Amino acid sequence: MSDAPPGYGAKEMSNEVKTDETLAATEKEWQPRIIAFVCNWCTYAGADLAGTSRIVYEPHVRIIRLPCSGRIDVSFIIKAFEQGADGVIVSGCHPGDCHYTEGNYHARRRFAGFRDLLEFCGFDMSRVIFSWVSAAEGIKWANLVNEAVAKIREVGPFKEFQKLLA
Amino acid sequence: MSRVGVFVCHCGENIARMVDVAKVAEESAKLPGVVLSVDYKYVCSDPGQNMIKEAIREHKLDGVVVAACSPQMHEPTFRAAVVQEKLNPYLCEMANVREHCSWVHLDPEQATQKAIDLVRVMVEKVKKNQELFPIKVPVTKRALVIGGGIAGTQAALDIASGGHEVILVEREPSIGGNMARLSETFPTLDCSQCILTPRMVEVARQPRITLYTYAEVDQVDGFVGNFKVKIRQKAKSVVADLCNGCGDCWNKCPQKKILSEFDAGLGRRTAIYVPFPQAVPNTPVIDRDTCLKFLKDKCGVCEKVCTRNAIDYTMQDEIIEVEVGAIVVATGYDLFSVGREQPNERWKGYGEYNYDAYPDIINGLQFERLLSASGPTQGEVRRPSDGKEPKSVVFIACVGSRDPEKGLEYCSKICCMYTAKHAMLYKHKVHDGQPYVFYMDIRAGGKNYEEFVRRAIEDDGVLYIRGRVSKIYQDGDQLVVVGADTLSDSQVEIRADMVVLATAMVPHRDAYELAQKVGMACGAEGFYSEAHPKLRPVETNTAGIYLAGACQAPKDIPDAVAQASAAASKVQVLFSSDELEREPIIAEVNEATCVHCRNCIRVCPYSAITDKEIRDKQGNLIKMVAEVNKGLCMGCGTCVAACPSKSIQLAGFNDEQVFAEITALGSG
Repeated sequence: MSDAPPGYGAKEMSNEVKTDETLAATEKEWQPRIIAFVCNWCTYAGADLAGTSRIVYEPHVRIIRLPCSGRIDVSFIIKAFEQGADGVIVSGCHPGDCHYTEGNYHARRRFAGFRDLLEFCGFDMSRVIFSWVSAAEGIKWANLVNEAVAKIREVGPFKEFQKLLA
Repeated sequence: MSRVGVFVCHCGENIARMVDVAKVAEESAKLPGVVLSVDYKYVCSDPGQNMIKEAIREHKLDGVVVAACSPQMHEPTFRAAVVQEKLNPYLCEMANVREHCSWVHLDPEQATQKAIDLVRVMVEKVKKNQELFPIKVPVTKRALVIGGGIAGTQAALDIASGGHEVILVEREPSIGGNMARLSETFPTLDCSQCILTPRMVEVARQPRITLYTYAEVDQVDGFVGNFKVKIRQKAKSVVADLCNGCGDCWNKCPQKKILSEFDAGLGRRTAIYVPFPQAVPNTPVIDRDTCLKFLKDKCGVCEKVCTRNAIDYTMQDEIIEVEVGAIVVATGYDLFSVGREQPNERWKGYGEYNYDAYPDIINGLQFERLLSASGPTQGEVRRPSDGKEPKSVVFIACVGSRDPEKGLEYCSKICCMYTAKHAMLYKHKVHDGQPYVFYMDIRAGGKNYEEFVRRAIEDDGVLYIRGRVSKIYQDGDQLVVVGADTLSDSQVEIRADMVVLATAMVPHRDAYELAQKVGMACGAEGFYSEAHPKLRPVETNTAGIYLAGACQAPKDIPDAVAQASAAASKVQVLFSSDELEREPIIAEVNEATCVHCRNCIRVCPYSAITDKEIRDKQGNLIKMVAEVNKGLCMGCGTCVAACPSKSIQLAGFNDEQVFAEITALGSG
């Protein structure tokens, strides 16, 4: 293994490494586990752009690619938590930009209702993050992940849900 | 038990620098169902691909996971490679460990762990993948072109020259569109009709083109290669086969004061009319809203004078059903209406420049008609109010365009050029006249365009004033135009005999309605949306439907013609094979469990799902279910998430596959 390549993301690097180090010292065992459900055409491509632009962000996210945010079933979110995720990101094309014309509108409507239901059940809503990321928004994707990781770090591991399942 | 092969790519140093590829391969080898897991310098290279192919042969792999770059980059490469070994392409998946991992993380340990996770996700998915086969749909090699302006004409001629049948539908009594109304065209000043009418005649002569004028598209069903279209042929009240276009009827028609649409309201026409002398076809139609026979059951002169007995007052609208494989939409533009009466709620009360109040304030198309040799003044520039020759004319650019507050946000693109042309042509006709142009910026991007504007300013003495007009009022028989000259920072007042407004281009007033019928998208301003602004500029998001001309965005003639030819060549590509193959990532209904709640039908953006009756052998209805049209479904999966009984699944992204992916992340 070689060292990190020099010359890019120097700023982010110093920041990130510091937070990682400090955190590693305090909470070595636990790292946030975030599952991201993203659409193929906007958010996935936006995350690709973050890669080609070498925008450094937190590594605690795992992407699951779907054709459209309209395909994202609310049961995926429940399943993710059931499998031990501490947070979930749902992201697709901006309203009006959907590759399939209006899949994201259906997604938005579905999640608005789902949100209310989760809130009603006393679910910690800071663990479910909805955002639109276009194929041109590599930076937005990186920020979204960083913010999600920060938020999940704040609220800690999702023990409540794990207890429920046990 | 599955036999999956995992191939971890170093991508030179790109992945290997941050991710411990050997460890990823080692960890992946432990996954259940993985029989082979290796890392390699460049898996996408020829030797890399050969390695995969050999592995499929040797280890009898039934699934391949390549951990490398983004699937957007190399999924087609690897899928093509596995196909050579008779493995179904949809049994090959990619884990994105470059764009989503090695390039964006700085902690090798974390990055390696993430790469292992990403590979595991894809391994679990590929184990659930099924063989999928491209969907083949037959292609009807006949095209429908909607709109007979220059773009539609060009597209129709090109497709017909390519050897295919074309149905051309035009809602006006003649083809020609807006271009037929223009006087001369920039930047060459050749006469618009002189270059257009030969093409119109060619349309009429081309045996492969079926022309329906005075007709509208009523309904479009079906999908790429297999559209079923209903065309409403409005009653012309004249039998085209009998009529020889002699003109006796319209010369004798007593209703002579009807404002001519073709002459933009400056000229008059009769109730039975052809819009202009060079019309194609040269068959008149009776405008039933103004004809005395239809209004009061009187007159009937045209029937009496017609020596060919071509007049038929009892003619009814007719619905013509056609089957086509592709549709080119070329519905063109309208002018933004400057008056207080606005077609659209959003622009209600624009009413700028007192356009309604003074007859000598006219729009760009009206001025075109004044300049045109076939226009209401036979090409003499005479103002509408008293017919006098105007000795000073003010042209105002950007009327409605680039005005997010009161008008339209966008630039209409052609106004800078046609204003320069108008000013120049005016000067050519009225040698002692003085043209003035108020402008914001001059946008003359195009071959010989800038030179043309310079010519207007330098050779023809058009006075360009940079600034906006604030007020126009009447003083005697003249108009006083008050405006700013921002270059000399002063207020200017010009006494003009006539004012010409370079009004913005807007989509055809019925563009939205047609979009609904055809099933395609409009942007915010109502122009039709192309599939990709750069890479697919003539296709729409609906397969088999193409765009040409100003219905997509403001365009000048060369651009409209270029796009029309591009659309025609796209149509010919579609028609080059008898069947077309589509990606099999589409939805499928489980009829046994479908409860016909119709959720999927409601949410489908493509109207690809319809009701289906299931009947027994005696023909008794057993149940209703949903059915997916394989030609229309684009595979977004919105229906799948909306189905309460989980009776509809998206091939390639079914619930089982996605749950396997999520579970793969849980066990880590």
